Parts: sequence; C-alpha cells; structure tokens
Amino acid sequence: MAEIDRETGGTRVKRGLAEMLKGGVIMDVTNAEQAKISEAAGAVAVMALERVPADIRAEGGVVRMADPEKVAEIVDAVSIPVMAKCRIGHFVEAQVLQELGVDYIDESEVLTPADEANHVNKWDFTVPFVCGATNLGETLRRIGEGAAMIRSKGEAGTGNVVEAVRHMRSIVSEIKRLSVMGTEELMSAAKEHRAPYELIREISQTGKLPVVLFTAGGIATPADAALMMQLGADGVFVGSGIFKSGDPETRARAIVEATTYFNEPEMIAKVSRGLGEAMVGINISDIPEEQRLAKRGW
Amino acid sequence: MLKVGVLALQGDVREHLSALDAAGVSPRPVKRADELAGVDAMVLPGGESTTIGKLLDRFGLLEPLRDRAADGMPLYGTCAGLILMARDIVGAHVSPRRLGVLDVVVRRNAYGRQVDSFEADLEVTGFDEPFRAVFIRAPSIEEVGQDVEVLATVEGTAVLVRQGSLLASSFHPEMTSDARIHELFVNTI
Repeated sequence: MAEIDRETGGTRVKRGLAEMLKGGVIMDVTNAEQAKISEAAGAVAVMALERVPADIRAEGGVVRMADPEKVAEIVDAVSIPVMAKCRIGHFVEAQVLQELGVDYIDESEVLTPADEANHVNKWDFTVPFVCGATNLGETLRRIGEGAAMIRSKGEAGTGNVVEAVRHMRSIVSEIKRLSVMGTEELMSAAKEHRAPYELIREISQTGKLPVVLFTAGGIATPADAALMMQLGADGVFVGSGIFKSGDPETRARAIVEATTYFNEPEMIAKVSRGLGEAMVGINISDIPEEQRLAKRGW
Repeated sequence: MLKVGVLALQGDVREHLSALDAAGVSPRPVKRADELAGVDAMVLPGGESTTIGKLLDRFGLLEPLRDRAADGMPLYGTCAGLILMARDIVGAHVSPRRLGVLDVVVRRNAYGRQVDSFEADLEVTGFDEPFRAVFIRAPSIEEVGQDVEVLATVEGTAVLVRQGSLLASSFHPEMTSDARIHELFVNTI
C-alpha cells in the first residue's frame, strides 16, 4: 500500500484539537487516580500539575512542571487528552512535556515564571499550547507566539469567579469593538493593545478569535461554569474547585452537565443540588497585589 | 427543506453547522430528546467520545438516537461520532457508551497522541479531486462488516465508510472549507 504524505504539527491540527474540546470541562489533576475520577465524571481532558492552585497559594515556594513520572502515569491512566503545565518562558520544561507525549502544554502563570520578559516560542513545537490572558492584547501576543488555544486567566486557587468574569468580559468586548472599527483605526488599535497588526486586522474582519477561548481561574460551582459559558467561553478549566471540594466526583459531574446545558436554568438547578461543600473561597481584595497570579505574563 | 440536527452536547458543533449550511440544508443544534424528534437526519460531531457517550446516556438521548438510526434516519459521525456509532471498540481501556449501529470495529487514538495528528490528501471513491483530510487523535476502522462500503483508506485502513444511510469518517471534513463529504451525506437523506 502507498504511504501517504502526512503533515503533522500544522496550525489546523493544533487549533483543531482545541475545537474538539469545546463545550467541555478540563480538570486539574495531580495523580493518576484523580485523572481517572475526572474521566469518569465526563472531563474532555485533564491538566497535569504538581499542586492545585489552592495548595500553591497556601504553601508557596517555587512551583515547577509536574514530576515527569507523575505525568507519564497520568498519560497512561486515561484515554482522554492530557495537558500539562510548564513555567512561563521555560522552553525546556515544554520540550520535556512534548517528549512525554502530552497532548497540549499550558504555559501557565500558576507556576513560577522562568523568564520575566519572554514567553516560549510556541511555533518551535509540534505539540500545541494553551496560554492564559486577561485582555485582548495579551490574547493576541500569545497567539502571535504560536498559542493554539487561549484561556482567560481569572485568579486561580481562589474559588472566586470575579476575575474570570472580568477577563472574559474584557476579551469579548474588545473583540466587539474591533469588529466595528474602520480600517484606518486598526494600526492605532494594534498599538493600544500592543498586539500584532495582522491579528488585529483578522479579528476586525471576522469578529472572532482565530483560536478557541476557554475560561479558567476561580470556577467552583456548576452555576459558575454556566455563567462563564453564557459570557462567551467555549469551555471551562476547573482547578482547585473539584478536588478541594467535599465530594469531587459528584461536583465534577455536575460541572460537566452545567457546561453542556449552560443556557438551560432548569437543568443547572437540577444538577446543582446535593453536591456537598464547595471549596472555601478567597476574596480578591484579601490577596496582596504581588501574590496575584493573573499579573504574571507579559 | 431538510432539517438536519447536529448533536450539541460537546465538540465541534459550530463547524458542522457551517459545513451543513454550505451543503445546502438547514442545520440546528440538538441537545434534548424533544429536539431530536424534530429532525430528519443527525450529525455526531468530533469531540471526546467518552464525554459525549456519558451525556447521551445521562440525558436520555442514547436510546431514542439508536431507535431512530435503526428506523433508517441518516446519521453521519466524524471521529468521536464514528466511535459512538461503531459496533465494537478495540484497544482502549475505556469503552464509551454508544449507539453501536454501524457494523465496524474501531480503534481509538489509532494514529498516536496529539503530536502525531496530521493532515493528508485522500482519494475518495466518487471524487475527482483528492480531499484534504484532518486527523486529530483519530480512530481507525479496523474491521468492516459485509454491508459496509469503504470510501477512503489511509495506508490500507478504512477511514471513510458507508452502510446504507449511515456515513462515518475518522477525520474531520468540517475543519476544512471543502463541503463535498457533507454534500455526500445530505444526498443520502
């Protein structure tokens, strides 16, 4: 039989995997057992990391990519895609994760940044990347560096959805603003957003991002997930919200269901009952400026 | 006008809605059993087959969909959709809940992990020009029953098949602007 000419690592297959995850929930896991619980609850993917954000907040210290042994265990434990976090700018952690066979790398502000000026050049990799963003400019800088998926940052490990709402509203409304601008205004808009002109022009024409936009950082209940979907998210990352709650399996399943039926209040009401304790939340004003994770990333 | 539903529990629903629109029918998302009753044909999109299978089961769509398909409602499944339609699955530790209406045996993630996801030009039976096919953590069709017609292969393995009014592919035609496979489906309705 004739061998066919395969093109791997192209933009379409990188962005394409994120398209397949739409309408789904990606759950933070630190070991194979949590990964299996997530898969059984209906997660579309799991995110491997050393500690969940709530523990990172409580314990402090330098936070790195997960132990490769743990990542390999998680990859072997489930059939759904496995993502893993690397530090901002730490392209060698990214190389290691690609070697381990993860399906997506999250260059994440939740870990301690390795470079205070530059992110990873994501075009160098065959594996696709997701990156966090708080506004449209940050979104487009990350896409310019090769990110194939974006998540609004929120404030991880707080169980408080307010920052996720702020970032999603900001990105969505800035896209709307660009779509009504005249061509002569676009260079100035590129300057204002500190974003590549070509991407500004593309969004102005299409009225949407060229990649999938998920939400993250503070989602703790099914209603939080549905809120973010109604605000325009394509899907949801849940970190501490599941495995820091009283009954992770039941809560995980309810968040999956609320994400699917996000615009049907009677369904959200139904799945939200009897979930046990939600994770304890933190008010953003109680977190000192220098400890806010969303500020990391340039 | 034909009413074609796209199962909208999870996955690349939007892309299928656009592709069906380009193929000249009026598509609509389907999330509930009462919405299923109002369509003439269904597309099962790409996505995570384990997730979609669970939601189909939990929200009472699995049986009605299986019954409609058995009654001859045309169905087209891409990637996860193919897995949901398959009679049997090999080589996976988790076998998603599924319809089992298509007489094929499927291997999940047959081409490897995401770094092995690829695009390639395929020869498709009945098409004059090759079709640019996008394979994302794709399943392969390892065995086909006698009523199943193989319309395209990759290195000897079936990737596009038809069985009566059922059509299924390992790859994602909805990820390209080429509507020929969606037209092929629409023409069977």
